[in-house]
Amino acid sequence: MNLVFDLNTIWFFLVGLLLTGYAILDGFDLGIGALHLFTKTDHDRRVMLNSIGPIWDGNEVWLVTGGGALFAAFPEVYATAFSGFYMAFMLLLFSLIFRAVAIDFRSKQIYPLWRKIWDISFCVSSILASLLIGTALGNIARGVTLNDKHEYTGTFWNILHPYALLVGLFVVALFMMHGALFGIIKTEGMLQKQLQKLFSKTFILFVIGYMVITIATFLFAKNLTEHFKASPFLIVFPLLNVLTIANIYWQNKRGKELAAFFSSCATILLLMFIFGLGIYPDMLYSYNNPENTLNIYNAASSQKTLRIMLTIAMIGMPFVIMYTSTIFWIFRGKVKLDSHSY
Amino acid sequence: MDPFFLSRLQFALTIAFHYLFPPISIGLGLLLVIMEGIYLKTKNKLYHQMTRFWVKIFGLVFALGVATGIVMEFQFGTNWSTYSRFVGDVFGSALAAEGIFAFFLESGFLAILLFGWNKVKPRTHFLSTIMVCFGAHFSAVWIIVANSWQQTPAGHHIVNTALGTRAEIVDFWQMVLSPSTLDRLTHTLMGAWQTGAFFVISVSAWYLLKRKHVEFAKAGIKIALVLAVTASMLQLVTGHSSAVTVSETQPAKLAAMEAHYDEFAPADLYLFGWVNNKQQKVQLSIRMPGMLSFLVHGKTSEPVKGLNAFPEDERPPVNIVFQAYHIMVSTGLFLILISWTGLFLWWRGRLFNIRWLLWVYVFTVLGPQVANQVGWMTAEIGRQPWIVYGLLKTDDAFSPVLNGGEVLTSIFMFGFIYFLLFALFIFLLNQKIQHGPEVEEQIEEGHIA
Repeated sequence: MNLVFDLNTIWFFLVGLLLTGYAILDGFDLGIGALHLFTKTDHDRRVMLNSIGPIWDGNEVWLVTGGGALFAAFPEVYATAFSGFYMAFMLLLFSLIFRAVAIDFRSKQIYPLWRKIWDISFCVSSILASLLIGTALGNIARGVTLNDKHEYTGTFWNILHPYALLVGLFVVALFMMHGALFGIIKTEGMLQKQLQKLFSKTFILFVIGYMVITIATFLFAKNLTEHFKASPFLIVFPLLNVLTIANIYWQNKRGKELAAFFSSCATILLLMFIFGLGIYPDMLYSYNNPENTLNIYNAASSQKTLRIMLTIAMIGMPFVIMYTSTIFWIFRGKVKLDSHSY
Repeated sequence: MDPFFLSRLQFALTIAFHYLFPPISIGLGLLLVIMEGIYLKTKNKLYHQMTRFWVKIFGLVFALGVATGIVMEFQFGTNWSTYSRFVGDVFGSALAAEGIFAFFLESGFLAILLFGWNKVKPRTHFLSTIMVCFGAHFSAVWIIVANSWQQTPAGHHIVNTALGTRAEIVDFWQMVLSPSTLDRLTHTLMGAWQTGAFFVISVSAWYLLKRKHVEFAKAGIKIALVLAVTASMLQLVTGHSSAVTVSETQPAKLAAMEAHYDEFAPADLYLFGWVNNKQQKVQLSIRMPGMLSFLVHGKTSEPVKGLNAFPEDERPPVNIVFQAYHIMVSTGLFLILISWTGLFLWWRGRLFNIRWLLWVYVFTVLGPQVANQVGWMTAEIGRQPWIVYGLLKTDDAFSPVLNGGEVLTSIFMFGFIYFLLFALFIFLLNQKIQHGPEVEEQIEEGHIA
């Protein structure tokens, strides 16, 4: 494949990096949400909520900033995808709103019914958000129908293609597994044992999903496999991915909580990398007429803006990484409930 | 139904609802810095109790601001795709900068502010409070930069691409510091400070009326009142300066604000009135002849460009802009009056005994909120029919792929969810206020210091 390190490629990579940051960070707290109803006692549920309590909000900022960066660097993709997948994005918004307020409101009243309603909201909205994010990725992988004005010509129902839904379900399983691993780090005792069991189950789902998606990609999203056919050495990345997945299982078995979680992070990073490699240099592939495809050149902002944005990112991102890691460090260790907890 | 009209309605609904929360976060953020700063300086536990109480309320307000804010960022793409394609190169950069410089800062340090009381040293906690306050202010900076570029575009050029025209940045700093940026930023921030100040005054006044948490309430009112007086007075300066800038950069908006029709004549100022657009007259009004000319140019006889100087399809709707603007100005004047009254009575030692005034303070919490809303209506409706002043019309900006059913569905969903959220917000806020500050917090002081 031909990789040119121009500004457009750098921004393709950076937007991808922000969205990967989102997938890794919000991935585990969406996973905690998806697993929430499997825990039964009020105490356990509060521990689940508070394991992500101080950080979920910052994690979601990766999506906001990723969306902003997409808007700034590739406005054509932002405009086409957001208006084309209108109902899907609205559903994602509603689930993110419900999720945010469920986390904040849930423990503010002691009535069992109140807590139950918000528990259900938290769980359902987390699953729905994961499903929608995955389905969006599935549609980008498979391609969409675009006209020569770069407008989406399909309907809401076209978005629900079986391949896209499959990717959606896969992402739900991935986040649940990732969330379980995060939960294991943050909890102890019976709850931790339960999360251990949940990990085993979701890990199996994830592995099955991984295999099915790999086969399905060769059938339904052939454009994604072309680089790999043209440059066989790229196969090292999927192979590396298999190793990180095996390592999750291995580290978890050895009782290395952190190592297993970081392996899961690496798995998500590689998955996103392989996905990005597969679609590069396209961003929204038009399968009805490949000439209408939005790629990193015809969808981009001017070179000047990409340069300015790069300066902004280079000044801002080191700070972001600095305070993100500081916050994670301050709130490390097992969850202890106190009067400030959710 | 017309998806275009519905998209406008949805944007208006979602932005108006969203903007109930960020001004409280900005103003209260500043007050938290002051409260916690006084505590660290004096070690008086009263201020510690105060900081902790208001931090909890801040957390609730912030959560709603975030939940409703993410909607705004998505909506440019979902409902206004043509606009997004046109402005992405310029507007998108400001939005991305907001994410990188403001949101990460704010949400990161909020974790320590809310949950870090027992995890970090008091000084580190105070530093986090300052950072959250900075983050809130930075987010205002970048969104005002983006919006001001829509009002007074600068630092860009228009480029023809294969798919149509779009704006591209030529000079980043000229874009950031467009002619209206500084006036609008200071005006918005002062509005936010007033919102935070009167929020604290309102709750404290209520405690005084109910004779609960009296010392806590008195100390809170004093701090907030100083901010209220400062911000209200500065608002006079920023407001005047904003109006002068509008007269230079968006004359059609200024003409609508005072319903000034004559093409080239001295302009009057109204205290209130009702605009008859057909007859081009203001009815039921109190009028001050030549005063607008005086305020803008320093001379009552100086002519001001009127609405008739613009083609009919380039004039904003007049009466709604006129009303919004006049409600804002009257509210602003009322807030100045009420804050100076408080300061005067405090000096005379009578502030906490005048029950009717305390009742007025309880309801004054609504004043800045109303002024914020109608102020933005003046700015945004006054810019019509343009979405980017002089460059792109609102009619040409929305997503062509949408159908009415989709937008109608999302409007109903937003309406339902926001109604629910608002009811729950008021319910939880009321409960926190009724509960009052934690008394036992003063006892468990030991492990915090």
